Amino acid sequence: MTFLIQQTLLYAVPLMIVALAGVFAERSGIINLALEGIMIFGAFVGVLFVNLTQQAGTFDAAKAAGNWVALQGFMLLAMLVAALMGAVFSLLLSFASVNLKADQTIGGTALNLLAPALVLFLIRIIANQNILQMATGDSASWFMIKKSFFGYGRSDEMGFFGSTFIDKTYLATYICILLFVVLSILLYKTRFGLRLRSCGENPQAADSLGINVYKMRYAGTTISGALAGMGGFVYALTTANCASTGDVAGFGFLALAVMIFGNWKPLNIAGAALIFGLFKCIAASYASIDINGDGVFLLKEIGISPHFYRMLPYLITLIVLAFTSKKSRAPKAEGIPYDKGQR
Amino acid sequence: MKHKGSNLLEKDGTRAVLASLISILIGLVVGAVIILIVGLSDPELGLSGAWDGIRLVFGGLFSTGRSASGTLTFGFNPTNVGNMLFRATPLILTGLSVAVAFKTGLFNIGAPGQYLMGTAATLMLALGIPSKSVPAGLIWIIAFLGGILAGAIWGCIPGLVKAFLNINEVLACIMTNWIAANLVTWMFDGSKYRNLVENTKSGYIYKTSFNGVQTPKLGLDKIFPNSQVNGGILVAILIAVLVYVLMSKTTLGYELKACGANRHAARYAGINDKRNIVLSMAIAGALSGAAASLYYLAGNTEFFWSTYQSLPATGFNGIPVALLAASNPIAVIFTGCFMSMLDIVGLQMTNLTAYNEYITDVIIAVIVYLSAFSLVIKMALGKWGKRKAAAEKETAPVVPPDTGAADGKGGDEG
Repeated sequence: MTFLIQQTLLYAVPLMIVALAGVFAERSGIINLALEGIMIFGAFVGVLFVNLTQQAGTFDAAKAAGNWVALQGFMLLAMLVAALMGAVFSLLLSFASVNLKADQTIGGTALNLLAPALVLFLIRIIANQNILQMATGDSASWFMIKKSFFGYGRSDEMGFFGSTFIDKTYLATYICILLFVVLSILLYKTRFGLRLRSCGENPQAADSLGINVYKMRYAGTTISGALAGMGGFVYALTTANCASTGDVAGFGFLALAVMIFGNWKPLNIAGAALIFGLFKCIAASYASIDINGDGVFLLKEIGISPHFYRMLPYLITLIVLAFTSKKSRAPKAEGIPYDKGQR
Repeated sequence: MKHKGSNLLEKDGTRAVLASLISILIGLVVGAVIILIVGLSDPELGLSGAWDGIRLVFGGLFSTGRSASGTLTFGFNPTNVGNMLFRATPLILTGLSVAVAFKTGLFNIGAPGQYLMGTAATLMLALGIPSKSVPAGLIWIIAFLGGILAGAIWGCIPGLVKAFLNINEVLACIMTNWIAANLVTWMFDGSKYRNLVENTKSGYIYKTSFNGVQTPKLGLDKIFPNSQVNGGILVAILIAVLVYVLMSKTTLGYELKACGANRHAARYAGINDKRNIVLSMAIAGALSGAAASLYYLAGNTEFFWSTYQSLPATGFNGIPVALLAASNPIAVIFTGCFMSMLDIVGLQMTNLTAYNEYITDVIIAVIVYLSAFSLVIKMALGKWGKRKAAAEKETAPVVPPDTGAADGKGGDEG
């Protein structure tokens, strides 16, 4: 059970934060199809930052001394860098769709093509292979929180809560959850959030009240880019051993599906992300899931092909969307370039 | 008579072509700039390495390798041209697939999935029917039609959920892509089609030539020696012409375009919009399926079956092919060739320099990005043309003042 919860959280949290990234863009009126591309770019930048800092030896002393606070700071720094570059990358989308009034779907697709191409081009030149990894060690030994940090011995029990939510987890997961809550409040309970949402519903009315629609849309997409970039790095850090391969296996698109399934509302999105995280977790590690702890790996015993489990998240998305799409309510003005002269 | 030349700019077709050419040029320049920056920051490459890379970006098709002294040589290279035509075959068809959907107002990003399903059906039929009892030519036709059918069925799914359940086709297409990737891996996993004879190649399906099935060369290999080219390119061109006729000269084509222009207005005019959306996606899927069939029936191509983690680039590259061609089926033939030329450029980059083939993907992405606002470029070109025409009118008062305006109007409709 502990394993299942931990694994589900690993997949659900990046999904959640990237889906929220989608919400910020779409609520301001821009369809951000580029989530996948921004994630890929963010993952690359974060991993590159970790790799280069390790090569420079900045945190070697802290690692040797077992100073885990410093190492967590290192990880947070990498997350910040990924978020910053994700935001910069997303400016390409906002420039095309706000200033040039371009087709947002095609613009997003372009970014989705650009990110893996650019990332693989650079990785091949930097690492001479198709994968960029950490310079030394792995993500677990550098960044994972372990019970030894809190004075527990190797054989000490931490209890169910401790062993599930503290031991062998990543701080990044909780930072993302915290950010998710803070940003949801920002979107719903502040003046900025209300203005941003109004630009996605009725930009003409918002403009007549003196809100700068262009600025708001830039803000929405930039926050979106920062969150997606960070989400991409967190995904690479927690599920791919802090490596960048120019690919996040359709996670950005899955986040889009989570956003639509969650009806563009944070609370529903959190629930949807957990469900999808569970399916992703089953797909990734169905053979080692022991639900009730009796040593029987039920899903493996049934004998269904692993390909079926891998297909499941996408299949379920399609089916779930089929049942919920009639009720879903997208922001009214999303995807429509704002034209001041239009009524 | 100079007057006529500037009016050309007011024609929609000319502006579309010009906008595409500008996009291509900017894309290539961006690629060159990236090569220059990487070259200058890497002491091993340096300026001369960067210069080699830039020359290959613009003239990779005519590269003939390196001379004995190590400098790049250029000239007509029939092998490269033949390979370009071979690689253009599937790109033209996936381009058509995206273009047909665009005309109906749909964004077919599901071409990779349809391509994969077409691949699976074609390979299973071409390898599964014993060539001892059935003539190879007949197997070729069955496999080709099977690939088309599989693609059409897979294309139908996003069409159906879009038409009847109002699910965004982009999302449905992406999900069907990944389902197809897993499904195809599942179908081939443990199957008898896996190539177990040549153990240097693990993870591949047999070439169709193992069963004696391959596309006839039709003498093209004589014109382009040592290349992979075969009759498939002619089939692709024929299909492009057929799609042009379908979209421009038939009632069905008109209905499809009417749905794309305004779905609600089309329904008001008595056109069954739901049927047309499904039909458009089925045609798009069939074209992507045909792309896969022609590529894998060549007899010298191999399919890596454990594909569940990646989608075929040929499918995605149909999007830039269609965008650059402004969804015109005939223009798709040329933009398909251009995209495959970039492929060849990428190969030359990997073989001859320290750079790699991904730079051409960057160029393609930049071109797609620019075509997202090709409308803006087109409008700018139109304004520029009008200003030029107005300026000429002032200097040449012999021309009656209303001609320019009338021509301009005619141009907008065309």
